[in-house]
Amino acid sequence: MRANKSFIFISIIMGVILQIIPMPPPMDLYRPDWLLLILLYWAMALPNRVNVGVAGIAGLILDILYGTALGVHSFALAVPVYLMSANYQRLRNYSMPQQAVMVLVLSALYHLIVYWLVYLITGIEFSWVFMWPCLASMILWPWLFWLLRKFRRNLRVT
Amino acid sequence: MNEVFARGPSLLTRLCIVLMLSVGAMVIDTKVDNLSTLRTYLTSLVSPLQYIADLPGGLLDWSASRFNSRQKMLEENSRLTNQITLMNEKLQRFVVLEDENNNLRELLDAPVREGMYRMIAELMAVDNNPYSHQIVINKGAIHGVYEGQPVLDDTGVVGQIVEVGTTNSRVLLISDITHAIPVRISRNNIRMIASGSGSLNELSLNHVVHSGDIQEGDLLISSGLGNIFPAGYPVATIINIVRDESLPFASITAKPSAQLDRIKYLLLLWPPDIAPVDALSPSDELTREGS
Repeated sequence: MRANKSFIFISIIMGVILQIIPMPPPMDLYRPDWLLLILLYWAMALPNRVNVGVAGIAGLILDILYGTALGVHSFALAVPVYLMSANYQRLRNYSMPQQAVMVLVLSALYHLIVYWLVYLITGIEFSWVFMWPCLASMILWPWLFWLLRKFRRNLRVT
Repeated sequence: MNEVFARGPSLLTRLCIVLMLSVGAMVIDTKVDNLSTLRTYLTSLVSPLQYIADLPGGLLDWSASRFNSRQKMLEENSRLTNQITLMNEKLQRFVVLEDENNNLRELLDAPVREGMYRMIAELMAVDNNPYSHQIVINKGAIHGVYEGQPVLDDTGVVGQIVEVGTTNSRVLLISDITHAIPVRISRNNIRMIASGSGSLNELSLNHVVHSGDIQEGDLLISSGLGNIFPAGYPVATIINIVRDESLPFASITAKPSAQLDRIKYLLLLWPPDIAPVDALSPSDELTREGS
């Protein structure tokens, strides 16, 4: 029982590490939102386990690692995760392309919230570069979904 | 829905709590100044994650250095020896010039400039968010790093420390949009302020009059005003001047001397009175063993 629950924890930690792992600068612009995708998966598969609160804590860790003002990423992660867990029954029944498009929308929302908050705090100019990770997230979603579902079923995470 | 969320508050309530907490954290973090100690604790708390994220790159570096061919090593060795010889020759003249300069300053009753204590730091290859230019280095509070400390590399000024952890710390690069550094042109001592533009290889110079004697290719060095950066280190080279008379000021861009996108080794500087014991003193000659 405990080992199964800890897989959720491990996958979220992996997501945080994948967010900060170094990548070559040209590819860095397309870094998918690993943490958001993993949180969205768990919010859809096990909405009673992973929820807005977990998203807030994970976002806080990301804030410390990124050096942004505390609370920026927890705010930005909590909103899409809320939308996902409020509509998880509908989203589970979507086909994979439909789900991927929803992930694109949620990821765009996440990036826009981060941009708005950082804009309020330090004042940056918007550039479309900030939105490129959304596309990478959309492309990654089916594979990540498949991988995490395989793990969840094999380890019987409930 | 109800059976899943039977325990605890409803989903919307939870969202509101999280959003209110994060807005509170943001306000406190940006408006209250004395939070740096809390930030230090938090940074130290999550630093294991940074070390894990750093592992694959480190492993790659390590294997690259293991499997370097002998030929390549020999080539590199001879190149470095050449470089040291050339630099030592320059250094010999520099020592004489420095003494002469100090003597002249003493004659003029001007305070003699003291050298800075130095320590070499290494970039912990940790990437950061696209909204600001920051890097993490592998020296922290236990090495004597302090907030606002100047950071250099072998070609010029890189930035300053903004956050100190126990074993690592965060550097704000001079190209960050929130950063500005007082500079002067080495040719004619015109003072200016170079602020970051948000692009890694561009600084912009603010409030420069059209009639100022500024040319493309002028070297900007730190002026020492503002008491953060020591005077006399190269900061940037002017690459573009647009004198549009319809605007109140000339728009001037400069390219940082340090290659901010390929940083590996960095130098931390301390003024003599607060330098930690294991920092290299100004009189230490780094190259002596090499020659």
